[in-house]
Amino acid sequence: MEEKLKNLLLDASQALSSATDLDQLNDIRVRYLGKKGILTGVLRGMGALSAEERPRIGQLANEVREKLEDVLNSRTYKIKNRVKEARLEQEKIDVTLPGTAFMTGSRHPLAVIQEEMEDIFLWMGYAIEVGPEIELDYYNFEALNFPAEHPARDMQDSFFTAPGVLLRTHTSPVQVRTMERTNPALPVRIIAPGRVYRRDDDATHSPMFNQVEGLVIDKRVTFGDLKGTLRVFAEKMFGPETRTRFRPSFFPFTEPSAEMDISCTTCGGKGCRVCSHTGWLEILGCGMIHPRVLEAGGYNPEEVTGFAFGMGVERIAMLKYSLDDMRLLFDNDLRFLAQF
Amino acid sequence: MRVSYNWLREFVDLGGISPYELADRLTMLGLAAEGIEEPGKGIEKVYTGKILQIEAHPNADKLVICRVVTVGGEEVQIVTGATNVTEGDVVPVAVVGAKLAGGLAIKKAKLRGIESRGMLCSGQELGLDPSTMPADQAHGIMILAADTPLGVDVKPLIGLDDVVLELELTPNRGDCLSILGVAREVAAILGKPLQMPPTEPLETVPGGEEPVRVDIEEPELCRRYVARLLINVQAGPSPAWMQHRLRAVGVRPISNVVDVTNYVMMELGQPLHAFDYHKLQDGHIIVRRAVEDEIIISLDNVARKLNPEMLVITDPSGPVAVAGVMGGLDSEVTEITGAVLLESAYFNPVSIRRTARDLALHSESSSRFEHGIDITGCQRAADRAARLLAEMGAAQVVDLVVDNYAAPVVEKTILLRPDRVRHVLDVDLTPAEITGLLASLHFEVQEDANGLMVTVPGHRPDIAIEEDLIEEVARLHGYGRIPDTLPTGVMTSGSLPGTHLLARQVRSFLSRGGFYEVVTYSFHSPRVFDRLGVPDDNPLRQTVNLQNPLSEEQSVMRTQLYPGLLDVLQRNSNRRNRDAAIFEMGRVFFPTTGKSLPKEVTVLAAAVTGRTPGGWNSRSVDMDFYFLKGALGVLLADAGVENVTYKPEANVPGFHPGRVATIYSGEQKLGIIGELHPDAQDAYDLKQRVTVFELNFDLLAVAAGRPMVYQPLPKFPGVERDLALLARIDVPASSLLEVIYHEGGSILRDVRLFDVYQGEQVAEGYRSIAFSLQFQSDDRTLTDEEVSGKVALITVALEKELGATLRD
Repeated sequence: MEEKLKNLLLDASQALSSATDLDQLNDIRVRYLGKKGILTGVLRGMGALSAEERPRIGQLANEVREKLEDVLNSRTYKIKNRVKEARLEQEKIDVTLPGTAFMTGSRHPLAVIQEEMEDIFLWMGYAIEVGPEIELDYYNFEALNFPAEHPARDMQDSFFTAPGVLLRTHTSPVQVRTMERTNPALPVRIIAPGRVYRRDDDATHSPMFNQVEGLVIDKRVTFGDLKGTLRVFAEKMFGPETRTRFRPSFFPFTEPSAEMDISCTTCGGKGCRVCSHTGWLEILGCGMIHPRVLEAGGYNPEEVTGFAFGMGVERIAMLKYSLDDMRLLFDNDLRFLAQF
Repeated sequence: MRVSYNWLREFVDLGGISPYELADRLTMLGLAAEGIEEPGKGIEKVYTGKILQIEAHPNADKLVICRVVTVGGEEVQIVTGATNVTEGDVVPVAVVGAKLAGGLAIKKAKLRGIESRGMLCSGQELGLDPSTMPADQAHGIMILAADTPLGVDVKPLIGLDDVVLELELTPNRGDCLSILGVAREVAAILGKPLQMPPTEPLETVPGGEEPVRVDIEEPELCRRYVARLLINVQAGPSPAWMQHRLRAVGVRPISNVVDVTNYVMMELGQPLHAFDYHKLQDGHIIVRRAVEDEIIISLDNVARKLNPEMLVITDPSGPVAVAGVMGGLDSEVTEITGAVLLESAYFNPVSIRRTARDLALHSESSSRFEHGIDITGCQRAADRAARLLAEMGAAQVVDLVVDNYAAPVVEKTILLRPDRVRHVLDVDLTPAEITGLLASLHFEVQEDANGLMVTVPGHRPDIAIEEDLIEEVARLHGYGRIPDTLPTGVMTSGSLPGTHLLARQVRSFLSRGGFYEVVTYSFHSPRVFDRLGVPDDNPLRQTVNLQNPLSEEQSVMRTQLYPGLLDVLQRNSNRRNRDAAIFEMGRVFFPTTGKSLPKEVTVLAAAVTGRTPGGWNSRSVDMDFYFLKGALGVLLADAGVENVTYKPEANVPGFHPGRVATIYSGEQKLGIIGELHPDAQDAYDLKQRVTVFELNFDLLAVAAGRPMVYQPLPKFPGVERDLALLARIDVPASSLLEVIYHEGGSILRDVRLFDVYQGEQVAEGYRSIAFSLQFQSDDRTLTDEEVSGKVALITVALEKELGATLRD
């Protein structure tokens, strides 16, 4: 009996270790350990044993069962593992194949830049205003202190739709429209983005382009405030290393007037082709609001001061993206747009 | 304005300031230096030399051999092809080792077997612009004056030791359209005195024999007219130094009289005109408006038709000049002119601008009058010119000056409050400092109890109010020295109008969803409506038109946005970008009655064509009506627009009659979606079908903005049932859905259409449509019987109302 059990253990262990898949293992388990298996058969012969031998053989039989189950488990684990590894090996894919096609689109570069500009001023507490693109001569010129005979009021330079009505040539008309609405409230801090139109069409001029206007009015706004505000803008827009400089200039609706240059975005100010070797790039026009413009908006220039600025979105987009031809912006070639 | 550094130096001591530093300082003063020209830069070892002998070249007909004496008295042999030289001429000689304009280096050479050690130079080879050289010298070797010293550096002799600053002036600074004006600014920032050039005539001869009379009939248009007579005029070239200066500032030397008038204009900013005195009847100048259709032959030999808006200078027989713009050919100064009447006048800037524009005659003279000249300087300029001509022995000055100046200008005095300066600029300047700054620009300042009383000099007509003076103070103090600060006071929170925020949201949605944003012009061709087949009486054709478009293609303000998108698709299709999904947001314009401005509406439009990108593991799909409708549906849901329905339309111009729908939110029409009509597709030369939508964004923004409120998640399990129906193809899916929802009642939560089939196994004229119905209750688990009951009701109603039956 004891002999039989030992042989059984030996045979079964051998069979288990030579098994190569889970089915075989199962067959072996059924054959040796199943209800009708060999171990059960052997134990059935226990009745013939003496009372002294029975517990010993019973224990031995249990040990044999446990040993076989251990071997079986470890064998099962090994084979499962091997099967899993084989599957993983088989499931290997070419990770260098392209991913599943996905629709891509993009915002227009002018829209991207305009939003960036808007956000900088939103952070600084400005509200966004809009005005009509077809505008009265009054708001576009007269209220902005353009003399009656200013060349910009010629048919040569502006698009007219009716006498005294034209496509706005800048976003500045929003200045007086805003003041008419807000006066006498203070402070006024707004920007006004939008399309503007001039009768020009070549590599550096488009008959339609975009501007962002700014207007700040309060009891004690200074030229220094104008400089500081626009410096913050330049540093946010072009990077913290950007330097600014303000040069005297002339606009009918500001006095004093200035133009702001930034250190060249290409060479950092050392001088290169982009900045005509000056190290500086002209970015925007600005100034303290002309007293007559404040008056047109219903504010008393003796009591309040303000500054205004205006800049071209195209100009800034061209600098930020190193574009050399403005026409690309309105050509809408998908290969161009896909780059943004 | 081109400014010669050497010329400027006569007015103000530039000390050790280089042209580059000067350019920077002028830029920061508001006179932007856009460029610096150094015409002599890089030119080396070019000396004066005299041609001793010219011999024929033994091997070449077109070459000659010159013996030339040049630097150090050395005689060299130079072979040249020049034809304008003769023995004895003094010419620029580039010796071996010389460098010329453009970097050309001169080496020893053999030309057709004959040794040549150098080169005789033309003006161009020395970097001179032929258009500013006297006509007889513009080509060929430059011939210098016979008394030119030999063997010396040629550069100073021909003005190549000068540097030219190119200033971009703002329109208010007409005073700086002159060397004097720029010098005044330079003197102010350098703290140096301004040295005025001498104007007193050296000597005069008594007049009397030749009458001079000036009558101004239009004192509004001509406030001052100074006439000065010169006699015994000897026509000839002007001296070399004057020619160099004129060339430096871009004026071509012509003859001594003309050159002097130009020289003084460039120097003092006062345009002058020289008439041949003997061609003026009775020496009598009448300044009047032109008569309608009056003709003058201008200096450039063109007959100009005038009108009463134009001011003319006439003699009793007719016009002799278009005032301030161009002289007449008949009274032009010529080689045989014996007496010259110099005109130095002040003409109305607006009148000159209009005349120059209407005649398309823009000259150095007209541009100065347009900007407004110094009315107090008219006589000074006439005197200066007279003196220069007398100095060069070209004429004698008659001691008579006619100065018709009936109403002299009153000097402007402006109050400048030092407190105001501090307030606006945020710089701490004392009244004395402010006075000092303004005085450096020749403003007279008197301090009184109110502040500083500032008298504006005649050359600054642009200064009118206190702020103008504040700008002068800021400019001279230096914008860079004003500290950078930020506005103080009450805080404001930034704000974005609601529509602006929604616009950002939908544009971001579309671009992330595969659409490219485009920007097209707001105006287009009136033919767009023909291309789209818009009937003549359709309101879309009621457009706002440009009175002065650049071209017909850009003459009509758009009433729809999508035609611009079609142009973009067409252009891209030509470049083989055939699959496209694009959108634009912008305004459209409609005429109004009774209002001063047209109506502007913000519109969102999108267009798709071709197929989505497919790949090795995924199929591409058609970007068709349903593709675009899918994108639009998510867009509207994302924007919070509710109750969206699509109503089929049959007759929308430009659209396929069977594939177009109007889009509603509730009762509000928002826009249209549809496939382009094949005729419109052809008219736009598009190879593939195109589907577009166009939404009134202003109305969409009103419909949007549903407040976001959370819906509780279901607590009880739902039940899903599929319903495969057979229905006639003319039964719209929306009708089936309506019936299903109506009968399904409150426990029917969602219906998804998941299959549409037409073809084999489905009877002709019918289609199979399958829905997945989701039933759910908030307060109980639904029973099978309950759901089946609902489905049965739905089935019965579908059959009864729409003839739709369950598919076996």
